Amino acid sequence: MKLQEYRSKEILARHGVPLMAGETATTPEEARAATERIGGPVVVKAQVLVGGRGKAGGVKLAPNPTEAAERAREIIGLDIKGTTVKTVLVAPAAEIAHEYYLGLILDRAARAITVIASAEGGIEIEETAKTNPDAILRLPLHPLIGLQEHEVRRIGFFLGIAAGLRKDFAIIMRGLYATFVESDADLAEINPLVVTDDGRLLALDAKIVLDDSALPRHPDLEEMRDVNEEEPSEIAAREAGISFIKLDGSIGCMVNGAGLAMTTMDLVKLAGGDPANFLDIGGGAKADRVAAAFKIILDDPNVKAILINIFGGITRGDEVARGIVEARSHLTRDVPMVVRIVGTNAEEAKPILAEASLITADSLDDAAAKAVTAAGGAA
Amino acid sequence: MSILVNAETRLLVQGITGREGAFHSTAMLEYGTDIVAGVTPGKGGQSALDGRVPVFDTVAEAVAQTGANASCIFVPAAFAPDAILEAADGGLALVICITEGVPALDMLRVYHVLRAKGVRLIGPNCPGLTSVGEAKVGIIPGNIHARGPVGLVSRSGTLTYEVVQAMTDAGLGQTTTVGIGGDPIIGTSFVDVLDMFNQDDATEAIVMIGEIGGEEEEKAAAFCAREVRKPMAAFIAGRTAPPGRRMGHAGAIISGGAGTAESKRLALDEAGIRVADSPSHIPQLLRDAGVR
Repeated sequence: MKLQEYRSKEILARHGVPLMAGETATTPEEARAATERIGGPVVVKAQVLVGGRGKAGGVKLAPNPTEAAERAREIIGLDIKGTTVKTVLVAPAAEIAHEYYLGLILDRAARAITVIASAEGGIEIEETAKTNPDAILRLPLHPLIGLQEHEVRRIGFFLGIAAGLRKDFAIIMRGLYATFVESDADLAEINPLVVTDDGRLLALDAKIVLDDSALPRHPDLEEMRDVNEEEPSEIAAREAGISFIKLDGSIGCMVNGAGLAMTTMDLVKLAGGDPANFLDIGGGAKADRVAAAFKIILDDPNVKAILINIFGGITRGDEVARGIVEARSHLTRDVPMVVRIVGTNAEEAKPILAEASLITADSLDDAAAKAVTAAGGAA
Repeated sequence: MSILVNAETRLLVQGITGREGAFHSTAMLEYGTDIVAGVTPGKGGQSALDGRVPVFDTVAEAVAQTGANASCIFVPAAFAPDAILEAADGGLALVICITEGVPALDMLRVYHVLRAKGVRLIGPNCPGLTSVGEAKVGIIPGNIHARGPVGLVSRSGTLTYEVVQAMTDAGLGQTTTVGIGGDPIIGTSFVDVLDMFNQDDATEAIVMIGEIGGEEEEKAAAFCAREVRKPMAAFIAGRTAPPGRRMGHAGAIISGGAGTAESKRLALDEAGIRVADSPSHIPQLLRDAGVR
């Protein structure tokens, strides 16, 4: 789960990281009032989870409260890559002498938490990795003993932190590490970390991505979820315990298992169609999940056909078929459905499906082709 | 012959009295797996699966009483890291964790502790493994297999079943099928299993089923180019997956432009491994490579 900048900063501040906190505003008037309290020039920043908000006009300077309100008026309601801005962060503006990148990632290859640092801050680290890889320090930390002081010093020296700011840097590095570990993050980055003209070391922008598997033990962080930036169908799916991602195609997919669900999408594409979604209903293809999945898929008006692909294994195919037929009888909107069930009693499933005028298929390739035809042919 | 588990495997099941644990343990017994013990803290002295398996409070006790040499874990995610550590402490050399949703930072610590002890962990978030006709550990349906010369390794569950079924239908049997798990931090990698298959005399050909996220498929391709002379075929799921989104599996995510299906296909191509467009094409790729 991605956190908004102001949420990420809240958590970093709790762990002692000095930053330009500021205040959030959802109206120009709130932005004006916040600027009055801050008392000086401010930056008005769109709070969106997608990248590239600066280029999209979502970050603007304002020297006084009146202009801050104006800038907020321009930014709130702005569409940034499909997301409508609802909230801005009004933060004190800083005169910047230097920008650094400082991040921690869950490093799958090294099986460690790895520090990524660069004296070239303010741009995306992937960009620096391409253009100037030598400017990046990658330092995997020991997974059992964690961040050590000599490592903090090494990172500071690598970045060229001035002698007078090394103690401040150590506080920031330790705070970032504590943030990562204590909130079960996948990513925690400060970009940029800046030295201001008046010689302070501060986090100007921050981003935290949390490990979804660890959210159950962090109810306080779960509350930071921004549902404004989620597809309503994805919220409904999460509440139903279904793994779902909305896409742009016309063929709805209902599959058990994540790998098979991705494969089903790939084969729809290979057959000349476009998948409308990724959907994993989980093990057993239980009747209530099937019903919830139908509703979520059909809420998308683009969906012209549904491909149901269930590898039953131990689950009985005829039971799954009855569940599908039953759930379908309660639908308010109907589209052609292609059903492929494999596993125990798969043969017994076929007459049940055929009687309910569902299209059946033996192989996944065949099912994908039939679904593309049912949706009106190749895109 | 086979890898990891065989007729000598004496299996212990942690969480045997739970719903999932009991259901799948029954299927394992029916397949012929020798389940010698169950562990559920607080239920020691009872028995499970209609009196067929004794239950112990601790792994250490179960091992001492029954000589168990491998464990299969079905406990909920919040307790799984501790269960894995208990299995390793109890002296088991092989631990298979089926549980999904284990926090990654917990797995980092567990991974390194088990590695230092020399304990082999499969999973978490995996379907387990089957050595055909010898032992089935986990949740892979037993009836889809046929005995034969092909080793299979995969990050998925039902997609693995799909491929195994396609192979069995085409008359290509398996030595062992291994699901290594869909999480970002897992105990056993593609390279680990490929190395085992490469050294297993009964395994004449290898199938690898990968998916988007991480770079383990790329590492596997490099390993195969260097070490493996057995015929191979592969499939990579997620060509249509959008970047930055987790596709069900915690580990299936394209981040910062890395971990794409194309990058993995390219690496496998360069290693001389043919990649199927559909799981149903895998048997033909194996036939083309001379597998009988």
